[in-house]
Order: sequence, then C-alpha cells, then structure tokens
Amino acid sequence: MSDTHAQTVAYVRDTMLDQQDPPLNQTGAVKWIRENLFSGWLNILLTLLSLWVIYAALSHLLPWALRGIWDASNLSQCREIIAELYGPDKPAACWAVLAERWPQLIFGFYPKELYWRPILAFLIFLAAVAPVLFSSVPRKMLWVSALAPFVLFWLIWGGSLWGPIAAILGFVIGWAILTFAAPKIGNLISVILAIVVPVIYWLTLCGPLAGALASVVPLSLQTVPTQNMGGFMLATIIGVSGIVLSLPLGILLALGRQSDMFIINKFSVAFIEIIRGVPLIVWLFTASLLLNYFLPPGTNFDLMLRVIIMVTLFSAAYIAEVVRGGLAALPKGQYEAADALGLDYWKSMRLIILPQALKISIPGIVNTFIGLFKDTTLVVFIGLLDPIGLSNSIRATTDWNGVYWELFVFIGLCFFIFCFSMGRYSLFLEKKLRREHR
Amino acid sequence: MSELATREVDRSQMKVSDEVAIQISKMNKWYGTFHVLRDIDLTVYRGERIVIAGPSGSGKSTMIRCINRLEEHQAGSIMVDGIELSSDLKNIDKIRSEVGMCFQHFNLFPHLTILENCTLAPIWVRKIPKKQAEETAMHFLEKVKIPEQANKYPGQLSGGQQQRVAIARSLCMKPRIMLFDEPTSALDPEMIKEVLDTMVELAEEGMTMLCVTHEMGFARQVANRVIFMDAGQIVEQNEPEEFFNNPQHERTKLFLSQILGH
Repeated sequence: MSDTHAQTVAYVRDTMLDQQDPPLNQTGAVKWIRENLFSGWLNILLTLLSLWVIYAALSHLLPWALRGIWDASNLSQCREIIAELYGPDKPAACWAVLAERWPQLIFGFYPKELYWRPILAFLIFLAAVAPVLFSSVPRKMLWVSALAPFVLFWLIWGGSLWGPIAAILGFVIGWAILTFAAPKIGNLISVILAIVVPVIYWLTLCGPLAGALASVVPLSLQTVPTQNMGGFMLATIIGVSGIVLSLPLGILLALGRQSDMFIINKFSVAFIEIIRGVPLIVWLFTASLLLNYFLPPGTNFDLMLRVIIMVTLFSAAYIAEVVRGGLAALPKGQYEAADALGLDYWKSMRLIILPQALKISIPGIVNTFIGLFKDTTLVVFIGLLDPIGLSNSIRATTDWNGVYWELFVFIGLCFFIFCFSMGRYSLFLEKKLRREHR
Repeated sequence: MSELATREVDRSQMKVSDEVAIQISKMNKWYGTFHVLRDIDLTVYRGERIVIAGPSGSGKSTMIRCINRLEEHQAGSIMVDGIELSSDLKNIDKIRSEVGMCFQHFNLFPHLTILENCTLAPIWVRKIPKKQAEETAMHFLEKVKIPEQANKYPGQLSGGQQQRVAIARSLCMKPRIMLFDEPTSALDPEMIKEVLDTMVELAEEGMTMLCVTHEMGFARQVANRVIFMDAGQIVEQNEPEEFFNNPQHERTKLFLSQILGH
C-alpha cells in the first residue's frame, strides 16, 4: 500500500475528463441480445431451440385462427366455405359460432329486448368501481359506489324500485343508531342494536313496506328470473359480488383469528379451517341441494344468491389467511404505539394496522380474487349457465354440434383478459403505495 | 457516555410539586412463572425527572410499560393522575391519552406522513378539528426542530429525526407525563445528542418524565432522582449527585463501575 501511496501523493490533475459514450456493443439492443440470447454456445443453442418451438406452435395456430370464417349460420355451412376457399384438408376456425351466438355467450337467455339493462348496469358498475380503484377519481363518486349495488340489482333482476329503496332504509336505520344513539347508550349496545334492528326490519317490515309503496307508485321494471341469466354476465355477477363481499368478511375473520376473545377466536379458526378444507364444488352442491332441507319450508332463496353466499364464504376463508399473514408481518411496535396514543381497538386497526397489513397482502388478496373469478365456472355443475355451460348448450343445438375449440378459445381469452387486468391492477397498486410510503 | 455540555441546563422551571402524578404500590408481575417485577413501590410527584437505570433484564422497561398498561400487572396497584389502572378499558384509554410514550425503535407509522403521524391521535382520540390539530403538530415539530420534514414519510428521515418526531407525536396529545423507553439506544452517537437535547428542553419546561436510559450524562444533568433496578426490584434510589458519587448497594457499585469504567 505504502508504495502506491508514495506514487500518487505527488499527483495533481490539471484537466478534467469529459463524459464519453460507452462502446457501441455495450449499449442498447445489441448489448441486450448478446447478453441475453447469444452469450455462449449453450445459450445460442437454447435460443435457436426456443425460436423453433415458437415457430412450430404459431405456424399451426395462426393460419387456423386467421383463416377463420366469421360469416356462416351453422357448422356444416362453415365447413363448406372453408373447403371452397382453402381446399378440403386445410384447418380453419369457425369463428362464425361466436358471431352468431355472442349475445348468448354474454347474456345467457336474458330477454333480447332488455339487453340494455345489463349493459347500463355494467356502465354504472364501471363508474362505481372507479373511485374505489383509483384515488385520482373525485371522492364524491363514492356515493355512486355506495348506491350502485341496489341500482344494479334492480336493473338486472327488475321488479319494483321500492324493494331496493326499502332495503337501503335498513342500512340508514343502522347508521342512525350508531351515530345518534351511541353517545347515550354506549358503544357495545349500539353496535349490537345497529345489527339486530335492521335485520329484524328486513325480515319483517321491509317486504310489506316495499309492497305498500309499490301499490301506490309502481316504479317497476319487468322481472327477469335468475334461470334466464347466463354467460359472462352470470360469471361477472357471481365473481364481482364474491370479491366485494369476501374482502370485508375475510378481514373480519383474520382479526377474529388474532383476537384474545376465546369464542370469537375459536369460531374464526373453525370457520376458516372447515370452509377451506372442503372443495368449493362440495359447497356449491350444498348450496343448490342441501340448503333447501335446512331452510324453513316455504322459503325459496334464489339459486344465484345461494351460490354467491357460498363463493363469498369460500374465498373469505382464503382472504382471512392472506390478511393474517400481513398482520403477522407488522412489527409489534406498531400495535404498541397505537395503544400508547390511546387509540381504541377498532381505530388502531382501521387507521394503523390494516392499512399496512393490507398493503403487504395485496398480491395474495388479488391472487385469491383471480382464483375466485375463474372458479365461477364451477357453477356449471349445479345447472347454472356460465360461459362453459353455455358452450355445452350451444353445442347441443344441431347448428353447432361439434364446435369445441372456437368457443373454448374465446372463453379462455375473455377470462384471461379479466384476470390479467386484475393482476396488472395489483402491480399498479403496489407500485403506487410503495411510492407513497417509502 | 455522551455529554450534553453544549449548554448549561436551565433549572428555573424544573419544580417538583407535592401533587402525586403516579403512585405504584406493591406492584408485582409475572411472565408465566417468571417473577419479573417484585413489590415495586414508587411515588412520582408532578414535575419530577426520574431516570431508571439497571442491567438488561432487570425489569426497567417492563415497569414503565406497566404505567400505560402495555404490560398488565398481576398484583398491587398503579394510580396515574388519580385514576386506578384496572382492566376497565375506559380507564386504560383515558390514562393512555394522558401519558405520552417514546419507544426505543420510534414506532412511527410508516404509511403516514410526519404531519399525519402527529395529528392522528389528536383528531381521532381527542376529537380536535383537523386544522387545529395540524397547527398544534407544526408547533411541536418546530419545537423538535424539524418542521420542514412535515410532509415526508418516516422512512425518509434519519433515526434521530424519527425519534424527535416520535416525541413531537406524543406531545401533540398534550400529555401530563412522558415515559421514555431507552429512546437513544437504537441511535448512532451523533444522533443521540439531538434527541437528548429535545428531552432536556422538555424537562426544562417542567414535564414529568420517567426515562429508562443508559445516558448517565443526561441523568446527572437533568434528573432529580435516579432509580437503580436489578432482578425486578428497586435496589436503590437517590439524587443523581449522591447516586453517582456515593452508591450504597453492592449491585449499584458494580453496575456503575461497569458502565462508567470505560
């Protein structure tokens, strides 16, 4: 060391060097290709092999898809057109089945003249989720989000508008008890009342009240029964309802599992383990067959509602475990600091613990949501016409008997678009939150 | 041992009154079968600055954490501002909002800005309007000399700055008693001074303080009483001069020779 030091000590730089460009083969695409594709004999071989695999796959798939016929009224006509255009043995897709049947794939057997209702509902749904997903949308839009479920229900199922309005009234009653009565009768009692009173109201007064109001001013839309709904509309209704309802339930279960209170803790653990330990398809059969035995005679719950409840409970159990992971990842000091400032349990959870725990859990939560959304195709087994179910019934007609790939490719692509955008949104949210709380 | 000799400590406002702030009597605590705190008796008068010293594992932190019920005691009683600490949640929340606490690892909320960290409890616990809470917060951030960091996140600040924010966050609740649990133990030497300076200022304004620390310079200059704990008991307590120059108990002598010896 001392030698080098002796040489440098008497050195003073007299001119500063200008910045220079790096050598050409060390930048841009050339460098990337050299480093990533052709960095050695093995890698060159693997690159060529991969190119060949990609070519082999696309050389079969692309001509089949691109030659596809969009205009035909049944499968045999479509095959004739293909034979005429490309010769007898050339593979080509019959996209015509999509062109002819796409309203059915989207809406199921929803009455044609009422298609505007689910379309309008979908637009309202987009407006309602925007403020929830993106914080740049004005906060006042959250009112749309709060009212949307009732309006959407009314638009899709029809019936009297007074039904949803009477249902909203139950929430208003609960809210009023919490805000006005809580200071007088104490927190715990008011929370219990705010749950019990609306439930009693919904079970007893709500129906007659809506009926009475409807008999004065009808305000009603043509009713569409659940059996007529299908396709992506059905998948979206079940998927979105499940997602929206299972997140809060899952969070409550996760908190319950961490609770010191014996009964709440054991109930949460039992619920999570039992729901998670049994396949979803079993729960769906339970919903469609067994539930009728347990319910009091005469009650007839809509099948879709039963399915939504089961899907919600099922994914809530998974969400609970994902959120529990997030809660466990927080240092104990965060809980202590919140306590030391005098925040009560719910405030410290809402303001301190959950925002951080949920941020950690985003990838897992979205993962569960994607799983839930794809699992909605399982309802085909209990007779609901989800996209897969519809593809079966389309094939059951003489016109399209024998069409498999085209329908499955289309359904798969649609699911992929939904799930991929959920995944992208999750990444966007993670990035945004990372920027905010460095 | 770091010195605070940048300036003379102003003792004019440091007055100990007859009013009892904290009264601990015959307090016992066990972790399972391990007896961590044994028959603790301690009376803290308003305006006192008490430094609690002792080897690690002696129960110092546990004791002050019992005062705001971060730890539960199993026998004896603790009265804070005339309110008895029992399992009644209302009393606990009331005491916690009157007693400020600073932790070894600061425990700022990383998802909130510095300003939001300081206004959160006043807004949600004290129900103070947001604007007023922000004014108070800026006042205390100026006091700890980091008002310009108000809109940053805790992760962007140095350790010393974070601890000063933690102090400001506690002060925003206008506490009558401050507890410090080794506030400088996780800091680099040059940051210890800025935190201690803040604590000295607080003492000069007459705050009642209980401080678990190894900063014996701080104890000498600021404390009016030093308590030495070992094996879950208070072994010796005295005025700082007497405590450092003329320790009585063998354990105290050994402890002082170890920490002052080098």
